[in-house]
Amino acid sequence: MAEYIIKNGFVFDPVQGIKGDKADIAVKDGKIVKSTEVSSKAKVIDASGKTVMAGAVEIHAHIAGPKVNEGRNYRPEDKLFQYRPKKGSVRMAGGFSIPTTFKTGYEYARMGYTTAMEAAMPPLYARHVHEEIRDTPIIDEGAYPVFGNNWFVLEYLKNREIENTAAYISWLLQASKGYAVKLVNPGGTEAWGWGLNCLTIDDPVPYFDITPREIVTGLIEANEYLGLPHSIHIHQNSLGNPGNYTVTLDTLRLAEGFKAKNKFGREQVMHSTHLQFHSYGGDSWANFESKSKEIMDYVNKQKNITVDTGCVTLDETTTMTADGPFEHHLTELNHLKWANVDVELETAAGVVPYIYSPDIKVCEIQWAIGLELALMAKDPMRCFITTDHPNAGPFTRYPRIFKWLMSEEARKKQIESFKHREKMIEATHIAGIDRELSLYEIAQMTRAGPAKALGLSHQYGGLAPGMDADIAIYDLNPEKPHKPEDIEKAFSAAAFVMKTGVPVVVDGEVVNNGNKRTIWVKAKVNENPQVMRDIRDKFLKYYSVTQANYDVSSHFVPNPHVIEVDATH
Amino acid sequence: MSKVVTDVICPFCGTLCDDIEVVVSDDGKKIEDVYNACAIGAEKFLHAQAPDRVKRPRMQQPDGSYKEVSYDEAVEYTAQMLYKAKKPLMYGWSSTSCEAQSIGHEIAEKVGAVVDNTATVCHGTTLIAVQDVGIPSCTLGEIKNRADRIIFWGCNPCHAHPRHQSRYSVFPRGFFTNKGHTNRKVIVVDPRVTDTAKLADYHYQVEQGRDYELLSAFRVALRNEPLPEVVAGIPREKIIEGAEVMKSGRFGIIFFGMGVTQSLSKNHNIDNAISLTKDLNEFTKFSIMAMRGHYNVTGSGQVLGWQFGFPFSVDLSRGFARYNPGETSSNDLLVRGEVDAVFVIGSDPGAHFPISSVKQIAKLPSVCVDPHITPTTEISKLHVPVAFVGVEVAGNCYRMDNVPIEARKVVDPPEGVLTDVEFLTRVNARLDELMAGGK
Ligand code: SF4
Repeated sequence: MAEYIIKNGFVFDPVQGIKGDKADIAVKDGKIVKSTEVSSKAKVIDASGKTVMAGAVEIHAHIAGPKVNEGRNYRPEDKLFQYRPKKGSVRMAGGFSIPTTFKTGYEYARMGYTTAMEAAMPPLYARHVHEEIRDTPIIDEGAYPVFGNNWFVLEYLKNREIENTAAYISWLLQASKGYAVKLVNPGGTEAWGWGLNCLTIDDPVPYFDITPREIVTGLIEANEYLGLPHSIHIHQNSLGNPGNYTVTLDTLRLAEGFKAKNKFGREQVMHSTHLQFHSYGGDSWANFESKSKEIMDYVNKQKNITVDTGCVTLDETTTMTADGPFEHHLTELNHLKWANVDVELETAAGVVPYIYSPDIKVCEIQWAIGLELALMAKDPMRCFITTDHPNAGPFTRYPRIFKWLMSEEARKKQIESFKHREKMIEATHIAGIDRELSLYEIAQMTRAGPAKALGLSHQYGGLAPGMDADIAIYDLNPEKPHKPEDIEKAFSAAAFVMKTGVPVVVDGEVVNNGNKRTIWVKAKVNENPQVMRDIRDKFLKYYSVTQANYDVSSHFVPNPHVIEVDATH
Repeated sequence: MSKVVTDVICPFCGTLCDDIEVVVSDDGKKIEDVYNACAIGAEKFLHAQAPDRVKRPRMQQPDGSYKEVSYDEAVEYTAQMLYKAKKPLMYGWSSTSCEAQSIGHEIAEKVGAVVDNTATVCHGTTLIAVQDVGIPSCTLGEIKNRADRIIFWGCNPCHAHPRHQSRYSVFPRGFFTNKGHTNRKVIVVDPRVTDTAKLADYHYQVEQGRDYELLSAFRVALRNEPLPEVVAGIPREKIIEGAEVMKSGRFGIIFFGMGVTQSLSKNHNIDNAISLTKDLNEFTKFSIMAMRGHYNVTGSGQVLGWQFGFPFSVDLSRGFARYNPGETSSNDLLVRGEVDAVFVIGSDPGAHFPISSVKQIAKLPSVCVDPHITPTTEISKLHVPVAFVGVEVAGNCYRMDNVPIEARKVVDPPEGVLTDVEFLTRVNARLDELMAGGK
């Protein structure tokens, strides 16, 4: 494989603690190596006057699978003005909030993202998720199967059977080629099977006689029993409702007393996702307000929690989540079209378009909350930037979010343009925050931090020798004065991006479809005849496919990157 | 000794039964028997064994007779046809695998074709309605485990999806429905007294073409608003009673078919049916699902969706994807004479399109990829026989509830017969040569 040396750039690498010093990065056989290890034939890439970072890691986005595709197919309007023609080996690509698979890969790569995780995979639809992942060029991807409403989990945890839960998780990760344990509205989505919901962590799940509290703690225990690379990844109950911050705090507290047990360098036992949607005060939309401070004060103190923001980008977008009851609630609120799928024994999902308008007070407040969470984070290695794509806005807006976070001036300008700015300022903290995130902190929040939380810090998120050669160069000189707009521009179209040693973006344009991999976790456990018998039994009686037709065969995962875990005790 | 292959999926209808057992001869060449499948499903497997099967491509001669040609010649003709055409139509895709569809789309993108599937003449209207109002739906296992109200509207599963009722909708015992059909009330809305209607607890014999009115009347009845004495031929009391049956269930489902998608009002019928379902969710849990016909028509919509963003009638001729049914849909293009070549795979437009479209196909350079002899192969310039997906070659397929299931290979195809994927891959490679300036 070719050798490269990237010279004279301003390097930002939290893994090695490099904060904008000039350094050379050498690449050989798809990995980063010491500069002395490449020959004189190494191709030189001149990065002088530019910012150099590792490829970014997306910890939470909805980019592949049934609900994403429903979003595409039922929103032809999302493609208007968005199509780019085919060019050379680059396929035609379109869509704004729910881009086609090709566009998803290309747009992430153009922003310097080289890895992305699909945040909710219904196991029965795992094949679909993997077909889309296979068709998404360049970026490495994994997918989190959902467990929080799964009948096996509900039944085992009702009886506090942690070992059986763990054995089942191991089986399902293998069957679905999944990466981590995801929970979406634990218990609430099963309740949605009857049109109901669980809005607090103590609301019992109909019939199953268990509460969200027990589901969350049980899955933390099972996850740590297995020692999986990622912690449980939770979308909490009562998403999107005024006053829900108390439910959020109740859930976060469930992590107290647990310690991460794994060999991947991960320290958290719970990742709480798109926290913006869970940090609401007030008891109606009339007195709706930010509770980001209460939430972040707690998060800052608890070392065993990581979060991502779910920043609102003020766009017309498409919401989609396995929180079925929430999407029904949303369609009742905005009267836009509603898609829903309840998935036997496992989960549900809904899709509803949404417009975050700068002329609507609630949207303005939501915008502020997302940014406040990042700006109040004491440890940028535990707070990651997301939009919960496409829920709070498309991932293609990350550069704009970086601009807002890195520039008080840009935030002021945005606030000035709001219709209800006084009311919004009153209900939030944003106007009083003068913090401006540095490039180093951006690298922590988009690279080193998420990679570490995912248990992948040995290969992603940094530029230390031995790590994958995933590198992004941005046309931004940290030593020269620049306008806020320059930040957005630089991050929107990287000057150069390399994925495992292959240049994939040059001057902001995709030049190569890369050699993308699918990452999944194989966790080995002790033989467990009881769980195997339960699985057989449920397939015979309640599933609509046979057990033999459930496993995702290797042909759906043509270029796998398997992370192995030995959890035999 | 023969052996039994289990957990085989049936590649016939959108029910995509996956519990078929096929008895295969010792040498793995002959299917001896098919268990669990319905009559039409079993026939699909057994047909693969027909002694008169076409095993080599055939080119139509000026006098209408056929001459056997090699696969090389077939690849050449197809590639040249697509390469030369300004705007070829690549139609069908519903009876082939997602893998084949994917390669087909790559070809279509290269040559600037219009890609359309059989939804264009069946549930295309449904897809348009979903674009207007969305769709609250579920998987078939949810029906089996929870549903106590089953509505069949404008469809006749007894004949079109024979195992649907026993596997998922009426008879099976599920987790919360352990008394099977005695847990459930079945409503059929159909102007005809079909075999499905005969099984129902309630048959609403709606006047032909008046589904929209009856759907509206149910929505009115749900709200306890006044109704005329008779709507669409159904007396007011029966409508109110029906609305009560729906409302009082714990979990209900409307299954609908071409009786409503292709009758008067088309997509508006479905829009209204979905709106009725949405209304019902204010009282209880309700879902709605299209009874998709071909075993992988759903898959074609899915693959088109993730690759181009639209589920059918996708026009790639301008270098980017356009979608405008009525303009970019197969029959509109054919009757207006807007396409200059036709490539058909996994479907039979010759049997299902209006005669004006069929005549147009007969005039144009055309290729039909199909294991069988069909009305379409008989009017195509080139007929390329291939292996049966789901019998002789594996591949992914999507059931009517969008659940993907991988079809299995049970026996080898006849000696030398290519699969869809192999044929398309060769056409694709040949196109690359032509485009690079080769001859
Ligand atoms: S119902 Fe459909 S899928 Fe099932 S066996 Fe019959 S034809 Fe095949």
